Amino acid sequence: MSAAAWFKSRVGADRQAVRQSVDALPDGLWTKCPKCNEILFSKELEKNLRVCSKCGYHYRLTAWERIQITVDEGTFKEIEAGLVTVNPLNFPDYEAKIERDKLKTGLNDGMVVGLAEIGGHPVGLGVTDWFMGGSMGSVYGEKVARLFELATSRKLPVVMFTMSGGARMQEGILSLMQMAKTAAAVARHSKAHLPYIVVLTDPTTAGVHASFASLGDFIFAEPGALIGFAGARVAAQAGLIERPANFQTAEFQLEHGMIDRILPRREIKPTIIKVLDFCMGKEVTSDAE
Amino acid sequence: MPSKDWTVLDFEKPIAELDEQIAQIRRLTQEQGIDRSEEIAALERDRDRAIEEIFSKLTPWDRVLLARHPKRPYTLDYVRVIFDDYVELHGDRLYGDDHAMVGGIATLENRHVVFVGQQKGRDLKERQYRNFGMAKPDGYRKALRLMKLAEKFRRPVITFVDTPAADCSVDAEARGISESIARNMMDMSILGTPIISVILGEGGSGGAIGIAVADRVLMMENAIYSVIPPEGCAAILWRDPSKYKEMAAALRITSADALELGVVDEVIKEPLGGAHRSPEAAAQSVKSAILRHLEELEKIPIQKLVDARYKKFRSMGVFEDISKKKPHKEELSEPEAQEDQCEA
Repeated sequence: MSAAAWFKSRVGADRQAVRQSVDALPDGLWTKCPKCNEILFSKELEKNLRVCSKCGYHYRLTAWERIQITVDEGTFKEIEAGLVTVNPLNFPDYEAKIERDKLKTGLNDGMVVGLAEIGGHPVGLGVTDWFMGGSMGSVYGEKVARLFELATSRKLPVVMFTMSGGARMQEGILSLMQMAKTAAAVARHSKAHLPYIVVLTDPTTAGVHASFASLGDFIFAEPGALIGFAGARVAAQAGLIERPANFQTAEFQLEHGMIDRILPRREIKPTIIKVLDFCMGKEVTSDAE
Repeated sequence: MPSKDWTVLDFEKPIAELDEQIAQIRRLTQEQGIDRSEEIAALERDRDRAIEEIFSKLTPWDRVLLARHPKRPYTLDYVRVIFDDYVELHGDRLYGDDHAMVGGIATLENRHVVFVGQQKGRDLKERQYRNFGMAKPDGYRKALRLMKLAEKFRRPVITFVDTPAADCSVDAEARGISESIARNMMDMSILGTPIISVILGEGGSGGAIGIAVADRVLMMENAIYSVIPPEGCAAILWRDPSKYKEMAAALRITSADALELGVVDEVIKEPLGGAHRSPEAAAQSVKSAILRHLEELEKIPIQKLVDARYKKFRSMGVFEDISKKKPHKEELSEPEAQEDQCEA
């Protein structure tokens, strides 16, 4: 299935309607940057990979948009799309929220995993959509674990784009266990000498940041992304008042040695390809020739 | 008066009053030399019946209060009873020594072991010194350093979990609290030596699982194990912090819940009225459970053990795979669709 057909099959008119009502001005031709208030021509914004041309603000991407700008055209094949959430704790209102976000995103869960090629390198790819705040429950953790297991058995690198508010509260302790599950899956992949590249996008916090998102051989982040251990509301609960202005941003994490580089969106794919070339033993060619 | 004692929980008040009566009669016995042992025995029976009655009706929130009980034995209280001898070791060799995480080498009935665990403080000064049992990256890295020492010398690891949460201060964030917890889980999942974890009191989220990826996870009867404190969860999810009691129930955080959900292997029964009423007896129960599991684990070849540990955590979580079923579409949305425990 082509990438576009895949997208069409999963995302209906609902998605477009939501996207327009949230992001765009009434006629849909123009969009206001939430950071600098610049009025941007929507088509130009798309062309610029949804980065504000004035202030460099990086809009959040849907899973599909991320896949489209990352993989070699037409190479993405989704796996494990049939895993769906149940309500293991009988948590109040959980089903309704899941149904709402299924409709909103056209996905069964925020974590979308599959096989793809990037710069000609076959990889296992994980991307996240803003489904239940990108939170990690049983399905999410299982998909991450299965991706790493498949990549390990096929000797493939894993490229992971994270976007998450943390462990999913509605699945309680089972969500906490997904942290251990995913970290253990990364361990086995790593022991097989296979590369794991993480790109932290806005926001990556709490249970996801404190598990597989922090375990990459290479960790990159988009500019200005919120990255940290305690989610904003948890930190507020804990009474964290005095903090530096850039606290829990990509810039803060870079300053403290927690990530390799901050990459503007346009540089992500070329950098991933360079890293894959390095890890997977592509011959070095000289630019001078 | 016992009823004003801040270390007595509301539902413990009838017990405390009976305790006080018994103590008074004992004092009088000593002062007056009159034998009132029958009266004492009767009162003790009354008290024990009261405890049984009260403890048979504990709510999940009551368990939270017990897990955080100011008199509850903490990690080093257990360490002193369980191990014949121990030497505490300090520091992560990277930055500092975290007082919220203790660890060292110990002997346990002819065995050498490594132990690590969060440590809470008893009085205000010690609480601050121990940072309320909330470890920073330095604590998690100290724990991992000691666990690797155990692996190197082929000694089993015993971890004791008792933390409200990992520290989330600016300090902790700057030194990579997320990375330290993630790294611990990853390295514990492949550590080449047996690991037993015991949730003693508060199994608080990432702070707990950061030292609890083990071959056997045991949990005290009145401990809690949760992805988030119920108070915080009520504030965030229901935007109503006053609903913490309902949230404690909804989150399924008791030892019975954890056992049913398959995240712990065994619940260790506490002495009547909770571990704090008889810390020595509680520690003896933990010791015999640890010994029993160690004897099993020591017979398993290391590679098999590590594989089984992976499968154990790999199988946690509940979901459904609709691609494996071939029903009509209508059936898929039915709420009673069967739950699928995943398999490794």
